[in-house]
Amino acid sequence: MTTASTDTATGTTGERGDILAVAREQVLERGEGLSEAQVLEVLQLPAERLTEALALAHEVRMRWCGPDVEVEGIVSLKTGGCPEDCHFCSQSGLFDSPVRAAWLDKDRLVEAAKQTAKTGATEFCIVAAVRGPDEKLMEQIRVGVAAIRAEVDINVACSLGMLTQDQVDRLAAMGVHRYNHNLETARSHFPEVVTTHTWEERWETLQMVRAAGMEVCCGGIVGMGESLAQRAEFAVQLAELEPDEVPMNFLIPNPGTPFAHLDVPQGPDALLTIAAFRLAMPKTVLRFAGGRELTLGDLGAEQGMLGGINAIIVGNYLTNLGRPVEQDLEMLETLKMPIKALNDTL
Amino acid sequence: MFCSFCGGETASGDHERCRARLSLIDPPRYCAECARKMVVQVDPMGWTARCSRHGERTSAEAAQR
Ligand code: SF4
Ligand SMILES: [Zn+2]
Ligand SMILES: [Zn+2]
Repeated sequence: MTTASTDTATGTTGERGDILAVAREQVLERGEGLSEAQVLEVLQLPAERLTEALALAHEVRMRWCGPDVEVEGIVSLKTGGCPEDCHFCSQSGLFDSPVRAAWLDKDRLVEAAKQTAKTGATEFCIVAAVRGPDEKLMEQIRVGVAAIRAEVDINVACSLGMLTQDQVDRLAAMGVHRYNHNLETARSHFPEVVTTHTWEERWETLQMVRAAGMEVCCGGIVGMGESLAQRAEFAVQLAELEPDEVPMNFLIPNPGTPFAHLDVPQGPDALLTIAAFRLAMPKTVLRFAGGRELTLGDLGAEQGMLGGINAIIVGNYLTNLGRPVEQDLEMLETLKMPIKALNDTL
Repeated sequence: MFCSFCGGETASGDHERCRARLSLIDPPRYCAECARKMVVQVDPMGWTARCSRHGERTSAEAAQR
């Protein structure tokens, strides 16, 4: 089947050679991520080459990142009522979503960090549904982060929207070690997803975070109506950012949101995207985030772990529930993938 | 009785997809007794959902049912 040198149905591309063969040499051997055109070729591979693509992505992950899996827990400190209009988000106050505003108190926040640490997780991310933090939120973060750092052995990350330079500096001074701010999708697709702020504004926050010495966590959501070309564009835009971590979410069509009518991404499509992202970013922490339960199920989760993923969020998400923690920990044990230890991350 | 996912009456309409979501990834959003939107807090290991009229439910209680 793959002998015809120009047969696009088999994913071979004539003179440039088969994309997975090229990736083996370029990404696996040399550690150099695929270009946008190359990522697109991977995303266009026919279904029968999915297994091969996943196997290569797994080899790349093992070679450049090792077998360890970084485990993280997340919690919503401030839920709902956000003034922004991200079309996938059930926490926007602009849509008729069933998600009502809620605040988590400090004791429950610290308890959530403790429960997360018990799973073996090394990362705990505090998230707020805001455009950017106000003084009240900054103060809650200051108190919360201090309490967690005093009582729990875990790295604290935050995700609080767009920041000013002063806020970046203050978070760094509090000891926040990583900051999450997703670009969400390709720059060219962003205006179809968000209209209340720009991709560039998000990019600016990420640059400030990096300059202040915090680790950069930046990913997005697959399945928001983007084309394969835009998915490739996004992978490469992320690679250019050189984030320490990329969380990969798969769209959950949430009631009341403008994307409620979109389909849940298909498993094979999601898996090939995982492989392609790993081949674009051989050395980044690539994390399974929201939506994997709907899109991939239990079997697909294992395939993803064997297809380029090297980090997971365990337990529940912000407004959605995850599968039981024990199930994820058992999966890692079955796959013989050790949980990354805290002293390896400092 | 009302569907905790969509808030519709359970006796009318098709709630199969609602039940699937509730069994997989969604906490209850509407009070089953009065269909009010509840204030829901999800945390890493569970959730609490509070109706202003009918009080609080938790994931721990739900698991015992
Ligand atoms: S800024 Fe965050 S919380 Fe607000 S609508 Fe967008 S994704 Fe949702
Ligand atoms: Zn329903
Ligand atoms: Zn009620």
